[in-house]
Amino acid sequence: MSRIKSKFQDLRSKHQKALIAYVMAGFPSERDTISAIRGFVKGGADIIELGMPFSDPLADGPVIQHAGFQALQKGMNLDRFLLLVKKIRMETDLPLILMTYTNILYRQGYDKFIYTVKKAGIDGLILPDMSIDESKDFLQAAKKNNMDVIFLISPNTTPDRIKKISDSSSGFLYLVSMFGTTGGQQQFQNYTTYAIKSTKKILGGKIPLGVGFGVSNPDQAKFIIKSGADAIIVGSAFLRLMENTPSEKIESKIGHFTSSLKKATITE
Amino acid sequence: MKLKYPKNGKFGEFGGRYIPETLVPAVEELEQAYIKYKDDVEFKKELQYYLTQYAGRPTPLYLAKNLTKFAGGAKIYLKREDLLHGGAHKINNTLGQGLLAKRMKKKRIIAETGAGQHGVATAMACAVLGMNGEVYMGYKDTQRQKLNVFRMNLLGSKVHPVKEGTQTLKDAINEAIRDWITNVKSTYYLLGSAVGPHPYPVMVRDFQSVIGNEILAQMKKLEKKSPDSVVACVGGGSNAIGTFYPLIDEDIKMFGVEAGGEGIKSGHHSATLVGGSKGILHGMLTYLLQDDEGQISETHSISAGLDYPGVGPEHSYLKDAKRVKYDAVNDKEAVEAFLLLSKHEGIIPALESAHAIAYAVKIARNMPKSESIVVTLSGRGDKDVEEVGRYLSKNVKNKK
Ligand SMILES: Cc1ncc(COP(=O)(O)O)c(C=O)c1O
Repeated sequence: MSRIKSKFQDLRSKHQKALIAYVMAGFPSERDTISAIRGFVKGGADIIELGMPFSDPLADGPVIQHAGFQALQKGMNLDRFLLLVKKIRMETDLPLILMTYTNILYRQGYDKFIYTVKKAGIDGLILPDMSIDESKDFLQAAKKNNMDVIFLISPNTTPDRIKKISDSSSGFLYLVSMFGTTGGQQQFQNYTTYAIKSTKKILGGKIPLGVGFGVSNPDQAKFIIKSGADAIIVGSAFLRLMENTPSEKIESKIGHFTSSLKKATITE
Repeated sequence: MKLKYPKNGKFGEFGGRYIPETLVPAVEELEQAYIKYKDDVEFKKELQYYLTQYAGRPTPLYLAKNLTKFAGGAKIYLKREDLLHGGAHKINNTLGQGLLAKRMKKKRIIAETGAGQHGVATAMACAVLGMNGEVYMGYKDTQRQKLNVFRMNLLGSKVHPVKEGTQTLKDAINEAIRDWITNVKSTYYLLGSAVGPHPYPVMVRDFQSVIGNEILAQMKKLEKKSPDSVVACVGGGSNAIGTFYPLIDEDIKMFGVEAGGEGIKSGHHSATLVGGSKGILHGMLTYLLQDDEGQISETHSISAGLDYPGVGPEHSYLKDAKRVKYDAVNDKEAVEAFLLLSKHEGIIPALESAHAIAYAVKIARNMPKSESIVVTLSGRGDKDVEEVGRYLSKNVKNKK
């Protein structure tokens, strides 16, 4: 069973939901990325999502955009990313998900790329611009390499399409909480609650539902969990915190923030 | 060869729809509306009305006698898209999509622009059709095409300078897509070239095909036969595909001219089909300028409208099928052609179009006088006068 799947099983038996914590590889530096991940582990995050920067991140808001540009400027590339993953793997056995854009995989060839990152310790992939309609070769390569594929859906995705997409997803399904790019900080509206509830119904317990984009504090996390999500995904809020924290304090600050979010996922 | 309406949105392996899920309902709605209206009599009539009465179609096919004499070979005809309202072919597309957006009951229009020509054409369509336009433009481009920023403002559209990434056309597209994701229900994204997710490449091609269709009809009158060759510049590829597509099944040689910048070897260029590799950007699989790891390259061209690391997927298909020959013309040659056409014919071409002129003069030399070339003069060069001035003074200084 995949690390992601067994993590969700384990949490279910403990009456907990999952906290998925995102960082951008190499932002503000590779050492700081490691510090943040130590903070995630200490604070009780359940799954770690690692961003691999892409020059044209069209689904991302300003915070993740800037983090990605800085990481690229400091020389983040595939080799260094793989090295970073291996280093992380020496410290933690938590599930690791790679988030990037389709071209980064396509350029190497889906199979070669997935094989390589899997070997380094990646358990799942999130590609915001990979549409189910274009995913045949990608899915084949993922299956061959036992890689979980986490597709995204949106509040305007039709029920038929949600079914189709969830049938091709493994690990969990990712619901984008609102109309917008990552890091939006508006108040959640009724349509988000509605989307969570109706999607859960469609999924019928077959696969967990994670909700992200704009979840940035414990109150919002609680709200999303109360609406029925199985996992919350927090990204830009961590990056904002890292940007304003000196390197030596990143681990403890991220640790504290992580544990405040984690509390929101404990339902009993 | 002719792919009328590719069902799955694919030209061979190229094209498709690599987009965030939030946009899927929007492109599906767009596709349904386009299929519904493209052959609708009322729609076609209204578009025809605006193209003739407002934009100034048909445009002349002008035999450039002096340029022909200068080149000393085949006859060179210019398809005068520069005479259209707004000064470029872009209005063919913005009127078409504008009328479609209106039928879709979208009041807010967003667009990206490079040289500012598509932004201006969008602002015009919005003004005349009564819609609100907002245009994303790379900050670097707002600086080198100031005149067009001013025009867009006058026409009632808002310009958003984009300071992310390379601050050129590709970043303007990224930002427009982000806006569309955020305002997906209310907003129509009026893409300016034959790029992006399906159905944009097909739809933009169809709206621009008026260029090639007129060329065919006009050549039959003027020369009693089709041209032997056609030449068009390729940025995203909309004026070129509009020129090529109607002629594709005819026995005509076709040339797409990309921006060679400071030379292909220098790495500072925008010649995607000449120097690129396959990849995925802005919702489509196509040739791209990118590094070994799939990061999109910084491009360079003196002409903002060609300064783009991708290209329309149908061009990628036509390249691999060897139906069109794609080649590059560098900054220096383009500026020379800009000066040449101004002096010899009294026509100041857009720097984009100057690339096509430079190439046409090159090939005309090696063709017999009995043959003819049609060059699509995609736009006029008023917007580029300052930029050419800067280029010339810099290069004169360098020579000293
Ligand atoms: C006059 C002119 N020609 C050509 C282009 C390039 O676009 P496309 O390749 O879509 O025709 C532009 C773009 O701004 C333009 O303004």
